[in-house]
Amino acid sequence: MDRQTLKEPRQEQVRRARVAKPKAVSTRKTGQRRGPRAAPKQAVTLKEHVVEIVSDSGEGAQRCGQSFGSVAARMGNGIWTVEIIPAEIQPPARSIAGASGNRIRVASERVTNGGDEADLVVAFNEQVLLGRYRAKELKPGCVILLEDKWRTDPDADIAVSYAHVYDELVAEGYKVHEIPMESECVKYVPDPRRGKNMFVLGLLCSIYSLDLEMAREQIRFVFRKKDAKVIDLNLELLEAGHDWAEENLDIKYAIPASKPKDPQIVMNGNTALALGVLASGMEVCAMYPITPATSASHYLSDIFERVGCVVHQAEDEIAACAFAIGASYAGKCAVTITSGPGLSLKQEGIGLAVMSEIPLVVVDVQRGGPSTGQPTKAEQGDLLSACFGGHGDAPKVVMAASTIEDCFYSVIMARKIAETFNMVVMVLTDASLATAQQPFPRPDFNEQWLAPPIDQSAVPEGASPYDWDPRTGLAPRFIPGQPNGMHCLTGLAHDRLSHVAYDPEINQEGIRNRSLKLATFQKTLKAPAIFGDEDGDLLIVGWGSTKGAIEEAVERLRADGKRVSSLHLKFLQPMPSGMKDMFRRFDKVMTVENTWSDSLDSEVFDEDSRRYAGLALLLRARFLVDVDCWGEVKGQSIKPGKIVRAVLERLP
Amino acid sequence: MGIPVSECLLKLMAEGYTLDDYRGDIPPRWCTGCGDNGILAAVQRLCRDEQLPPERTVFVSGIGCSSRFPHYMNAYGFHGLHGRALPVAEGVKLRRPDLHVFVSTGDGDCCSIGAAHWIHAIRYNMDMTVLMHDNQIYGLTKKQASPTSPRGVKSNTTPRGTYLDPLNPLSVTLGVANVSFVAQAADWIPELLYDIISEAYHHKGFSFVRILQRCPEFMPHQFDPWVQNPDKMLLLTHEKGVQLSAGLSKVYRKQEAHDPGDLHRAREIASLSEQIPVGILYRDSDVPCYEDVRMVDRLHTPDVIKGVLEEEFDKFTIWPSE
Ligand SMILES: Cc1ncc(C[n+]2csc(CCOP(=O)(O)OP(=O)(O)O)c2C)c(N)n1
Ligand code: SF4
Ligand SMILES: [Mg+2]
Repeated sequence: MDRQTLKEPRQEQVRRARVAKPKAVSTRKTGQRRGPRAAPKQAVTLKEHVVEIVSDSGEGAQRCGQSFGSVAARMGNGIWTVEIIPAEIQPPARSIAGASGNRIRVASERVTNGGDEADLVVAFNEQVLLGRYRAKELKPGCVILLEDKWRTDPDADIAVSYAHVYDELVAEGYKVHEIPMESECVKYVPDPRRGKNMFVLGLLCSIYSLDLEMAREQIRFVFRKKDAKVIDLNLELLEAGHDWAEENLDIKYAIPASKPKDPQIVMNGNTALALGVLASGMEVCAMYPITPATSASHYLSDIFERVGCVVHQAEDEIAACAFAIGASYAGKCAVTITSGPGLSLKQEGIGLAVMSEIPLVVVDVQRGGPSTGQPTKAEQGDLLSACFGGHGDAPKVVMAASTIEDCFYSVIMARKIAETFNMVVMVLTDASLATAQQPFPRPDFNEQWLAPPIDQSAVPEGASPYDWDPRTGLAPRFIPGQPNGMHCLTGLAHDRLSHVAYDPEINQEGIRNRSLKLATFQKTLKAPAIFGDEDGDLLIVGWGSTKGAIEEAVERLRADGKRVSSLHLKFLQPMPSGMKDMFRRFDKVMTVENTWSDSLDSEVFDEDSRRYAGLALLLRARFLVDVDCWGEVKGQSIKPGKIVRAVLERLP
Repeated sequence: MGIPVSECLLKLMAEGYTLDDYRGDIPPRWCTGCGDNGILAAVQRLCRDEQLPPERTVFVSGIGCSSRFPHYMNAYGFHGLHGRALPVAEGVKLRRPDLHVFVSTGDGDCCSIGAAHWIHAIRYNMDMTVLMHDNQIYGLTKKQASPTSPRGVKSNTTPRGTYLDPLNPLSVTLGVANVSFVAQAADWIPELLYDIISEAYHHKGFSFVRILQRCPEFMPHQFDPWVQNPDKMLLLTHEKGVQLSAGLSKVYRKQEAHDPGDLHRAREIASLSEQIPVGILYRDSDVPCYEDVRMVDRLHTPDVIKGVLEEEFDKFTIWPSE
């Protein structure tokens, strides 16, 4: 049913909805609203625009933004949406730090990142607008649509503040349009706080020449669990916003779209991640709530039981990890999903899984750190703790998802690697992928994604559980239930029989074999392709969510005649072969990472003290190449424009 | 012993598993006189009597002297992390109801570093038999105070004696929601130790047995007053609990007919200070097990997975216009 609703607007339904529209709330007659209007406006054709909608939290700007993005995507536009999330659930109203909403990059072509500063902002009050202005998120002189009710607010302070911000922005050259959102919306809803967002969606549909029918479909979809009254009301608000803009605004853009030939999925990274867990055939997800990872488990909790599987909310991350290990040991490969602080708590368990060669998938949806840091914000600060965060020598696979689509496929691949090599596989994503939305081709289900049923056949008599293959380091895995496979798995150094090793040679042998296994896995990796020319002045190396922004920056630089290319890594540990040769063909190599690194801008930051970003450090150590790095820790994805600037500073 | 080999084999077939079938391939390395030896013997006997297939039996432990337990069994063993035996065992059991799960944990392992898991494991009430080897000291790390060390015990970290009253594992367990089986045993009464572990094994749910375990190495005289004076022990008997043999009855004269369904009295017994109660304090067979509560009647087959994936994809799909 959903498929149909989404696929083709069903005319019948539409008509029925119109008929059922409650008339009582509206003070205007439909006829009036559809009355004569000025000659159709000439739309300015754009390649792309970045649109922001910000409000106090609870006013629905996020839903508005997501819907706007979805409608544009349905039209065939490339989109990338980014959530603007305040750190608190209910920040004080009208506060600079409380801006909540969505940023949507809409383009003719496919987009791979959130882009640069906003071209058009819709703000429900001047304070949240100010928040975005101060965060330097507005393009100078951009278009602003601002709720005007504050101008006449009975509280003189508010009215003054509003007028002040308005005047300043106008003086600075911003094109500020005051919109009577509230006074228009009260014509339809008693509490305009709960309705403005769909009015604004209507405004945006008019401004960007989006198909209103598709917007209606979207509203029906978004409110599908609500009753018809709610849907009708929101449809009415949508149309009211649309009509108001048609009559009163002379802004009209068109961003040409081309309908994709194949079905596309629009979802955020955490949703993709959860579906990846389901598609991987894993049966158990053990977790403990932590932002920004939790929403993946929320969604998984909703759907996992339909395939007979379980999300277990453990008493803490230590238990979650141990629980997952227990399930995996018993043959039911499990995943545990967390964010930075939770990863730290899981590290002892991860060490045990490495030592005893239990397959385990650990997902870290990175957030700002250290400590509680910036729970809702994006950062790539956990690379080194993913690789080396445990104690002792614990070789494991560390991979990173670089797109929303990748969040889906990475988990499937991770499960496979984990069970093939009896290894821990860490999958890194981050807050920006977790909440961003971007269309990707609808996956075709493949039975190969799934785990095979567990082996319960008898183990050959006399076989040992850690019979490491001298060439690959791989050992069999005996699962409880298999006759003759009985042994006592242990986190202590052990020999091939899993007996505690008191002999130093045996410890050496065990560690060697676990390392050998990782090297064997390394041999299966293909070198990633260079984006741009194979040689040049500068090579940017990146990993994870920065891929889109880096590649866009490279495109811009190359369009400008710069000899810049980039390389994006999926596997951070181990790394594929052939990279050193790639590095040699460039004069300079640098990483761009959404994490801290010292820049030599102070007397005491010098080559002797400089702390490099995680990937730069790894590359320097591995390849003995003088890899430079640049990054930011501003809690958001790095913008392509900023990468361009950082690179230009480094070019001759 | 003069029995022909063929007869021996026949006997074996008839009896199925023998005690030997449960002995691990390395001999126990506990100190002479360590109470853990007796616990191991009781458990091996239980396995033999219940004819548990070794491949379907899993012994999970943490870290400590007592946590070496799985190494000495012939079964699947999981000797994991200090304090984390319970969540591992839960993970094992969740999707493998066919496995018999036993947990060996020490007083430090269970009541200190693993205390959070202990509380929650009681609440999950998953079907497993948990043996808490309580020697009231950290053995493996060579004599540090444990949360169950009586006040005043001198140890390497408390050379002038411990400062606090001990935690009472029985009262704690009896205070947690969903508690379904609590018993106490003493390693020096092997007959009862066996009976109690057997009752624990037969209870479906989280069966918690605190076993007072002697550590001659670091607490040589800790339990002497009770070992030497049976009158300081209180044996709990009941038709729904354990019954005493005539021999035991003669030695242990202090007895109480305690109905394991009586939670209130169980709590009183748990808090006795002079006497050590031995027997089943509490049992409620009606508490649901987490693995059953979470069991969903859905198959995990490629077809089902594909079906759900497609349904979910549908919700997020933009179809190309025709
Ligand atoms: C994370 C961690 N912390 C500390 C230790 C050291 N450690 C090992 S066993 C143990 C205490 C053991 O005492 P208990 O649980 O009572 O077992 P027992 O040896 O007495 O049987 C400690 C502190 C460890 N292995 N891991
Ligand atoms: S130290 Fe104590 S607990 Fe450990 S083996 Fe020796 S007697 Fe047993
Ligand atoms: Mg102890």
